[in-house]
Amino acid sequence: MDTFAYVRAGSLAEAAEAFAAHPGARYLGGGTNLVDLMKLGVERPTALVDVTRLPLAEVTELPDGSLRIGALVRNSDLAAHPLVRDRYPALSQAVLAGASGQLRNAATTGGNLLQRTRCPYFQDVSKPCNKREPGNGCAAREGVHRDHAVLGHSEHCIATHPSDLAVALAALDAEVELYGTAGVRRVAAAGFHRLPGEEPERDTVIEPGEIVTAVVLPAATAGLPSAYRKARDRASYAFALASVAVVLEVADGVVARVGIAFGALAHRPWRARRAEEALLGAAPTPAAFERAADLELSEARPLRDNAYKVPLARNLAVDVLTRLVPDGPVPHEEDS
Amino acid sequence: MTAVGAPAERREGREKVTGTARYAAEQPLPGRLFARPVPAAIVRGRVTDVDDTAALALPGVVTVLTYRNAPRLAPADDATLSVLQDPEVPNRGWFVALVVADSPEAARAGAAAVRVTCAEEAHDVTLTAAHPRAYVPEKVSGTFPGLRELGDPDGAFADAAVRIDAGYRVPPLHNHPMEPHASTAHWDGERLTVHASSQGTTAVRAALSTMFGLSNERITVVAEHVGGGFGSKGTPRPDVVLAAMATWHTGRPVTVVFPRRMLPTSVGHRATTLHRLRLGADSDGRLTSLVHEVTTYSSRIKEFVEYAAIPSRIMYAAPNLRSLHRVVRLDVPTPSWMRAPGEAPGMYALESAMDELAGALGIDPVELRIRNEPDTEPDSGKPFSSRHLVECLREGARRFGWSARDPRPRTHPAGPLLFGTGVAAATYPVQARPSRAAARALPDGSFLVEVNAADIGTGARTVLAQIAADALEVPLERVGIRVGNSDLPPAPLAGDSAGTASWGWAVHEACTALAARLAERQGRLPEEGLEARADTKGTADAESPFARHAFGAHFAEVSVDTVTGEVRVRRLLGVYAAGRILNPRTARSQFVGGMTMGLGMALTEGSTLDTASGDFTESDLAAYHVPAHADVPDIEAHWIDEHDPHLNPVGGKGIGEIGIVGTPAAIGNAVHHATGVRFRELPLTPDRVLTGLLEAPQHPARADRPTG
Repeated sequence: MDTFAYVRAGSLAEAAEAFAAHPGARYLGGGTNLVDLMKLGVERPTALVDVTRLPLAEVTELPDGSLRIGALVRNSDLAAHPLVRDRYPALSQAVLAGASGQLRNAATTGGNLLQRTRCPYFQDVSKPCNKREPGNGCAAREGVHRDHAVLGHSEHCIATHPSDLAVALAALDAEVELYGTAGVRRVAAAGFHRLPGEEPERDTVIEPGEIVTAVVLPAATAGLPSAYRKARDRASYAFALASVAVVLEVADGVVARVGIAFGALAHRPWRARRAEEALLGAAPTPAAFERAADLELSEARPLRDNAYKVPLARNLAVDVLTRLVPDGPVPHEEDS
Repeated sequence: MTAVGAPAERREGREKVTGTARYAAEQPLPGRLFARPVPAAIVRGRVTDVDDTAALALPGVVTVLTYRNAPRLAPADDATLSVLQDPEVPNRGWFVALVVADSPEAARAGAAAVRVTCAEEAHDVTLTAAHPRAYVPEKVSGTFPGLRELGDPDGAFADAAVRIDAGYRVPPLHNHPMEPHASTAHWDGERLTVHASSQGTTAVRAALSTMFGLSNERITVVAEHVGGGFGSKGTPRPDVVLAAMATWHTGRPVTVVFPRRMLPTSVGHRATTLHRLRLGADSDGRLTSLVHEVTTYSSRIKEFVEYAAIPSRIMYAAPNLRSLHRVVRLDVPTPSWMRAPGEAPGMYALESAMDELAGALGIDPVELRIRNEPDTEPDSGKPFSSRHLVECLREGARRFGWSARDPRPRTHPAGPLLFGTGVAAATYPVQARPSRAAARALPDGSFLVEVNAADIGTGARTVLAQIAADALEVPLERVGIRVGNSDLPPAPLAGDSAGTASWGWAVHEACTALAARLAERQGRLPEEGLEARADTKGTADAESPFARHAFGAHFAEVSVDTVTGEVRVRRLLGVYAAGRILNPRTARSQFVGGMTMGLGMALTEGSTLDTASGDFTESDLAAYHVPAHADVPDIEAHWIDEHDPHLNPVGGKGIGEIGIVGTPAAIGNAVHHATGVRFRELPLTPDRVLTGLLEAPQHPARADRPTG
């Protein structure tokens, strides 16, 4: 069988050291995606550096009012955390909209961000995929791509990022905390994942050896109305066809703050900056929401079989924005 | 109080829920090896080289079998079983090597290390209704003519006052039983024993006997517990042959378990069906013409036709009737039986068209079906042994509250949600095959009944014991039963919803004969007991003067979200006329399970053949969407008392598959009622539904904004 070294790290320094000592190593968190990919032969690590014993499983309120989610906080615990539910409902809803109860119990916050695309061609080593093997082609472009990207794709890759959690983080202006040889740095969640461009094999801006240590939710979006909505083929345990996370603050009858991120449209959560700019200072009317969504999605370049994603994303955004307007209609109960 | 008709609990339930029930792969034999097949990565061509050097160098890999060194087998009746016999590759996923190793992990790594070189030929995996190589098969399902025509269907259609001419598409569907196909084979002296996950081990033994040149007496095939089959285990599958080959070659026990992702290409599937329905009716809604034409595919190596036009020969009184199958042989994996083959896709199309006709006529869809109730089976002219479709429709309508329905589509919005209800009829043939059985009375007052039935999770053991208890006129607890072993009296498969009828017939006869012998006898039984045997050859398969079918009516209520195009089923209700219900507990489970599968066929399940790779794209359970619990609403299954003396001694019709038959059309019709848009391609996923709503003239997908 494929053999690999297994190292259980007791500290971040140990983890980084073990990673450096084994070229081709992978960090192991919940393993819900990595282990599957190893069975499929997509991932063939020389070593698994188990980071699950690191002290990163806490949710902590920081003095500036932000909330620090340790990278090892399990998805179920994250979704259920009272401060997350109270202050960042979109995040709790997004996590609960993903996977199944069993998977959420095992999957970690950091691992969720680092999961790979579910493009069927990426997952099958007998088929061409530039993400898996740079330069050997993309079978999805002319193949079955109903689930694939409409925004920001390149000739090399049309995959989408599958995370629900990451979409909420992008809308909420969260940051991802990384530990590496150069110390600790933070990057905006909305910029953590990349577009495929010429390097579809790189999903994120993470540097080799860096570890996600936490996600930080800012005080600025705490307690603001926010929501996540996901459209999917079945009521549970399905990846998004399209999804949206929205945070919306209305003051004096105009939009004072807004964050919109789409899921399942691109290689990364798609922060809808153009729509947000159009809405800032405007009256929060359905017509304004529609115009903003259309503006953002005017960039879309659908493929042969996924044009439906554009109106779907538009409808989702308008629906969630409308529901978040104070004294607007009572939100209907989301499935979970 | 008779045992039959009582809600007896499943005999193996405790073993299953406590995890002690052993399945085909769970046979811890000393020295056992594990084998993993290597699928072809081309669509059509031949293997030119297999380099196993790297695989054999891996720790734990014992051997690699290919067409060059695998045991030579006699040709099988089923070409899909002739694996590793020649270098030809007829479809993507065809097995070209088998890696045998001392652990499943080593076998997997070995399989990944085998280098297969192929010469590839041009391929065609694309089905179209106008495909130039389409032909009309002489027979479908072995017995039915591919084409039947009564009267002048085209002329009558042209002259009809009201006409429906519509096309429907059902995509490839996969069986995906929870337990994947698995076999453990080993030699026991001169005997070959195979633990197989099979719906019928008598047939597995026969196939092994033919292929390996062993007499039946030297082969035992065991299927004690089977984690579902849904048709895909109704015939022997390559796992059995590969396991037997590997144990033949190595002399050690070998287990083969197909990974989930190999199932779509290796164990059969439901082929795509393209339907064209033409219904002509007079202004009172009486059908004057019914034309049901189906185009489907099969593989290059085997003709299997999804016989989806068959139900149109049974359902409605149309004096002019054509039912036609066309098949195209493509470079695809061989399709096969899957849950109500023929009826499920065929009735989706016919019952959708009937709903369209009801709308065109302005007649209630329940009433339209009642008006077209035939006196005799339309195609054959035979009288029905019993037919209570009308009663099912009326009883279902009453329970569902159908009379309160506003028939106009798109009249029930609630914010962004649209609500609708729909109805469809269902039918499934009554069949029985010859079976043998043995019944033995023992001195301690207990009885042992033996029949090589397969309990694939349906409760067959339990129901057969109930039948035996009544025939013996003893309490159920005194009857023991053995099934799932080819050393037992031979019996047909668990399929065609005919298992209980077939096995039960033989069990009934054996037990009746035993009871008669016991009644004649005085004194204590000998140590080995007293036995009676039965064989229903010649009776169970006797030609019947009657057309024999079960019928049912399905009702569905759905919501359609105009924001997303998501359809959710809120209520499902089925009423069945299926003869005598032998065990209401297991019967309800069968009906509800079938309806859940129908829900999946309507809304979530669909597979796509990738043109370039010839492969199915949705190859695991994360991508091939069977309904999750959250998709399944409260499901009601009811049945009417039906006494049919023309079936079998037990009086039951099959119930395993009819639950799936009418459900997709009922849901599709409800979606039309909700939205005013007719969708004619399954499944009704959000991409299709939202697009359909947007293309509709009134743009219903742009929901009214309450705050606007």
